[in-house]
Amino acid sequence: MSGSRLHLTHVSKRFGPTVALDGVHLAIAAGEVHALVGENGAGKSTLMKILSGALAPDQGEVRLDGALFRPRDPLDARRHGVAMVYQELSLAPHLSVAENILLGAEPTRAGVVRRKERDARARHALAELDRTDIPLDARAGDLPIAVQQVVEIARSLAQSDTRVLILDEPTSSLSDHDVRRLFAAIRRLRDRGLSIIYISHVLEEVQAIADRFTVLRDGATVGTGAVEGTSSSDIVRQMSGRQLDELFPRSPHTPGETILEFADVAGIVKPDAASLTIRRGEVVGIGGLVGAGRTELLRVIFGLDPVRKGSVRVASWTGWAAPRRRLSQGVGFASEDRKAEGLALAMSVADNITLSKLAGLGPGPFVVPARQRAAAARWSDRLRVRCHDTSQKVRELSGGNQQKVAIARLLHHDVDVYLLDEPTRGIDVGSKTELYGLIDKLALAGKAVLLVSSYLPELLGICDRISVMHRGRLGPARPACELTEHAVLMEATGQA
Amino acid sequence: MSTDAKHAIARWLSRNSWVGPLVALLVLYALFAVMVPDTFPTAGNVRTMVRQTTVVGIAALGMTLVVILGGIDLSVGSTVALATVVIAYLLQAGAGPLAAALGGVLIAALCGLFNGVLITSLRVMPFIVTLGAMGIIRGAAKGLAHEQKIDAPVTWLNNLIAELPPGSKWQILPAGVWLLIILALAVSALLHYTRFGRHIFAVGSNEQTARLCGINVPGVKIAVYVISSALAGLAGIMQFSRLTVGDPTVASGLELDVIAAVVIGGGTLAGGEGSILGAIVGAMLMTEIKTGGTHLGLSNWVQEIITGVIIIVAVALDRLRHRRAGT
Repeated sequence: MSGSRLHLTHVSKRFGPTVALDGVHLAIAAGEVHALVGENGAGKSTLMKILSGALAPDQGEVRLDGALFRPRDPLDARRHGVAMVYQELSLAPHLSVAENILLGAEPTRAGVVRRKERDARARHALAELDRTDIPLDARAGDLPIAVQQVVEIARSLAQSDTRVLILDEPTSSLSDHDVRRLFAAIRRLRDRGLSIIYISHVLEEVQAIADRFTVLRDGATVGTGAVEGTSSSDIVRQMSGRQLDELFPRSPHTPGETILEFADVAGIVKPDAASLTIRRGEVVGIGGLVGAGRTELLRVIFGLDPVRKGSVRVASWTGWAAPRRRLSQGVGFASEDRKAEGLALAMSVADNITLSKLAGLGPGPFVVPARQRAAAARWSDRLRVRCHDTSQKVRELSGGNQQKVAIARLLHHDVDVYLLDEPTRGIDVGSKTELYGLIDKLALAGKAVLLVSSYLPELLGICDRISVMHRGRLGPARPACELTEHAVLMEATGQA
Repeated sequence: MSTDAKHAIARWLSRNSWVGPLVALLVLYALFAVMVPDTFPTAGNVRTMVRQTTVVGIAALGMTLVVILGGIDLSVGSTVALATVVIAYLLQAGAGPLAAALGGVLIAALCGLFNGVLITSLRVMPFIVTLGAMGIIRGAAKGLAHEQKIDAPVTWLNNLIAELPPGSKWQILPAGVWLLIILALAVSALLHYTRFGRHIFAVGSNEQTARLCGINVPGVKIAVYVISSALAGLAGIMQFSRLTVGDPTVASGLELDVIAAVVIGGGTLAGGEGSILGAIVGAMLMTEIKTGGTHLGLSNWVQEIITGVIIIVAVALDRLRHRRAGT
């Protein structure tokens, strides 16, 4: 295939005994948005590290506009026009937008930064993304994640003649509104002739933004084609061999007694007014845009954030309480931010699973390591956490497996109410399905699940009832079978 | 060797941060033994080195807890000085040696309570609080002693880390060294086999997670600073034993030796990591360099440079080891 912007043939990479890539083929044309999909561990990140210059392939070749492309390091790759925007943003939070966009490439005269030229170039880069509304002098760290991401993309445009832009899970922390703006920017760049590699787990997004797609499985290319005329279920089948309708296992749930009830709850800023009653055996979903106050609601209930007003009752306990008390009342919380809050990454799988309830793993104040590992292994086996053993550090696990560890902690604690905040964010389709199955089983066992999610198919697919939050106010909970994605979206954007 | 075995060794090394410093300790021992065969590798010299490590060693036990917690304590040297003054003061006032020693430990523990409460209630960085406490405690010690050394009557406290008299050779090591060994085992067990120990690691590794898991984070922090300072008080007993007087100016800069021992032993100031055995080995290593240097006839300034280089090399190797293990 001549005429490709980027052309990979037989690219392979091994790490010791592990084969990460085994003969990857990839052809991307100029002016094309190319989706790269695959489960975690399929080799996407290794491939992107090779393209962005962080790793060199063992075999195979990469050609950029016909010329052999062998970057020495990420800086060299950028100079050749291949830039990557990472999932974890890398702006300097204390510097301004303009300073960030030209960081390391500041126009200078005799070592003094020429501010006017810098600002002009930064403004130009933002204009290409149609985001001139972003103030050049704002501190990057003060901006919302969605805006920081735009600044990061602007940086790769301003600093070199970018021909290939790689976006790794760019929407993982964006609201629907921000996703639409991002897509508009991507389309502008595509129409200018840039090639964009779009990595995502969200197949709906792939359908919406990509022209072509390539599926990786076990380090090899297993399929490629035009997005138009290919259904999501076809892509899922190529990724894992599973059908899409198997994604949401669901059994009829019979609600029991009321276990969590809150009325008119308000936090310091958000939420503003939230009332809900949840019964044993129920999975209740909270939809809404990012920033609507959903996370804050869970945090207030769990006692992590202060409450302004409202009442709450857990089983027979009425009143507000700290996380410690909540756990003893049988309420558990899994944070949306696994790395910063949910997990102690430097500690072992066993420590992370048992941390909230070490009592009972030894006499008196003692913890017997063998018993701790056995208790943890019980849950890590059940959730099929892929690790060498439970003494492995959580940091070494993939995102999906880390999430399973966070959930396993609640199982070990044997809580009755599961407060789950975006539990499937950034994890692969296989792990998602396993989590959905687990949530279903919890409900069958008489547990209550309160799930915050921005992923509408998931809300509609696994919840019994759904309530939508808009600007801090929680709407009435309605049976999921009466709702559509469109209805939830309308309510989330305040149009219903 | 197969790559699997290499990987397994890399993983084992990454979990046992004391191995590297221990190897360095033995290699340096062999090196000094070859260079000064007459005086260095003698049983008497080894015993002297062990005795000289006791003060830093005991204080390093507490500092390891603080470093694993993600904190730091700069007031250790001042606390040791205050403890010697309080012990001498109590002995002079007619208290028994045991009561005087316990009094020193109690005062030290109160210093830790002061640090811990300020750190958790004011939410000021431990570095700043303990930097302030370093001055406050040193000043209190000087005020209590009227800026003089306090003489104390001779008691068994003076023999805790002294060379054993001929009649007590059955002890093998002086009581103070035995105390260090027993305390090291106890603190290590506390860290690895109790709920409180796991909570210390959890707070140091990720405070948010600890809170989420219902751990009483301020409680753990205060307890660790109290224990650490109590251990500094015990180090103060050893310091008093060496001086036989209460001296408010002693142990100035000791905190840096103590922190160095912990860091050589695998502690990272970011928290969540640290090893009791590593810290003891780190303290031994520094004594070994000083003693070996003296036996070789190296000047003080040369020894100081070598110790500084060792600290940086140890931490750099530690980082390298982590990268190898892919963590």
